[in-house]
Amino acid sequence: MEYLIGIQGPDYVLVAADNVAASSIIQMKHDYDKMFKLSEKILLLCVGEAGDTVQFAEYIQKNVQLYKMRNGYELSPAAAANFTRKNLADYLRSRTPYHVNLLLAGYDDADGPGLFYMDYLSSLAKAPFAAHGYGAFLTLSILDRYYKPDLTREEAVDLLRKCVEELNKRFILNLHSFNVRLIDKDGIHDMEKLTVGAK
Amino acid sequence: MALEDICNFNCKPMHKSLTFHTLEDTSSSVFTDSFDLKWRAELTSKKTSEVPLEFHVPCLFRRPSSQASQSVSVRRPFPLSHGTTTLGFIFQGGVIAAADTRASAGGLVACPAVHKITPIHSHLVVTSSGSGADCMLWERILIREIRLYQLRHKRRLSIRGTAKLLSFMLHPFKGTDVCVALTLCGWDKDDSLIYVCSDGARLQGDIFSVGSGSPYAYGVLDGSLRWSLSKEEAISLAREAVFRATHRDAYSGNNVDLFHVTAEGWKQRQREDLKEEYYRDMEKKGKKIDLKMQKLPK
Repeated sequence: MEYLIGIQGPDYVLVAADNVAASSIIQMKHDYDKMFKLSEKILLLCVGEAGDTVQFAEYIQKNVQLYKMRNGYELSPAAAANFTRKNLADYLRSRTPYHVNLLLAGYDDADGPGLFYMDYLSSLAKAPFAAHGYGAFLTLSILDRYYKPDLTREEAVDLLRKCVEELNKRFILNLHSFNVRLIDKDGIHDMEKLTVGAK
Repeated sequence: MALEDICNFNCKPMHKSLTFHTLEDTSSSVFTDSFDLKWRAELTSKKTSEVPLEFHVPCLFRRPSSQASQSVSVRRPFPLSHGTTTLGFIFQGGVIAAADTRASAGGLVACPAVHKITPIHSHLVVTSSGSGADCMLWERILIREIRLYQLRHKRRLSIRGTAKLLSFMLHPFKGTDVCVALTLCGWDKDDSLIYVCSDGARLQGDIFSVGSGSPYAYGVLDGSLRWSLSKEEAISLAREAVFRATHRDAYSGNNVDLFHVTAEGWKQRQREDLKEEYYRDMEKKGKKIDLKMQKLPK
């Protein structure tokens, strides 16, 4: 029902998430933000079971900030991703597993941009582009077709728009607006919300 | 409850001698045992280290996903009550909270005159939906915790903080049969309307409707709600939304309770029987009313 997408470029990562917070058949909120800022250059996008998303994401968020307070420097995106995955894995075989699907996007001053795909079974993969949700089935082939490693920012936004248009055309649910953010060496930038009109 | 805790009053309830622990007793006993007048001392739970409360979750309550075979589940004597219509919205004149008053247990109307909107403090009311017993208990726990916070920190907790506290208190019971969906409606400089649910959802918004009758209420509210409504228009809109929901939903009905929260606090309107609203609606439509039941127009 929910949709996350991330596209990594040569020196940036573009991420988008839908804005719907639903409870069974009702849309309770149309402007819900599913992105959690872990640090100045790391974003965690989190979807899944109702309470688990916020609990888990805030737990990771506060721990990443605690690391910075204790050690004086921030966790890199790769380290944050592995930390997140470890936590998911630890809880997986407990009485209270977290059912969340995540995308972690960040910019490391040393390694450059990075996009990490994690799912509720605590798998982790660094990928050039990724998507979560039923919408992923419809859009991954579009990403496969048009993605190239040296996409410019405009081209990436166009590719994102292509994906969203496909969702609007073929996805059974109405996801009419998406939060879009871009991470690069200067930090996290809020971009214009992507909205689609009625079919 | 709050006064007992703050005074370290060790009152052992009478039925402590029985082998089962009710939730209420264990949480208050934990506080009285280790709360020794250090006003900033807070317990940390082993399970969720962020939560400053320790809850003993009895082994009855276990997540359905685990395979423990020896858990004894208590058979319910009757089906839990779930049906309701509650709503809350923000407009220029404050926050309106409205709810019906029927408590249903399966197909039976267990009580036609329940209070589903409860004041927490002078500037916050909570509408409840889900299991009646759970809601009553958790409202009481919330009132106690907010009062304790106020006594300890000499200021009132914000509504956002209240929602977060409630959400964290409910988290250990996720996956069990606890079913509460509360909408905190209050007057605050930040968020005024927050929905908290035992699934863990915590949403801030401008309009929420919860319960089996909520889709019908949304249908009325989404079309007519504007920021610029006057107080009377907002109240009659809320009443009509509850009326339409109770008209269609079998598990909502009887009367409607309305609360209006402003900077001065909450004000409760007199509880009104929804059949008045029905006759007004019929008159508006120009339909003939049975002479025996004819009411004078308002």
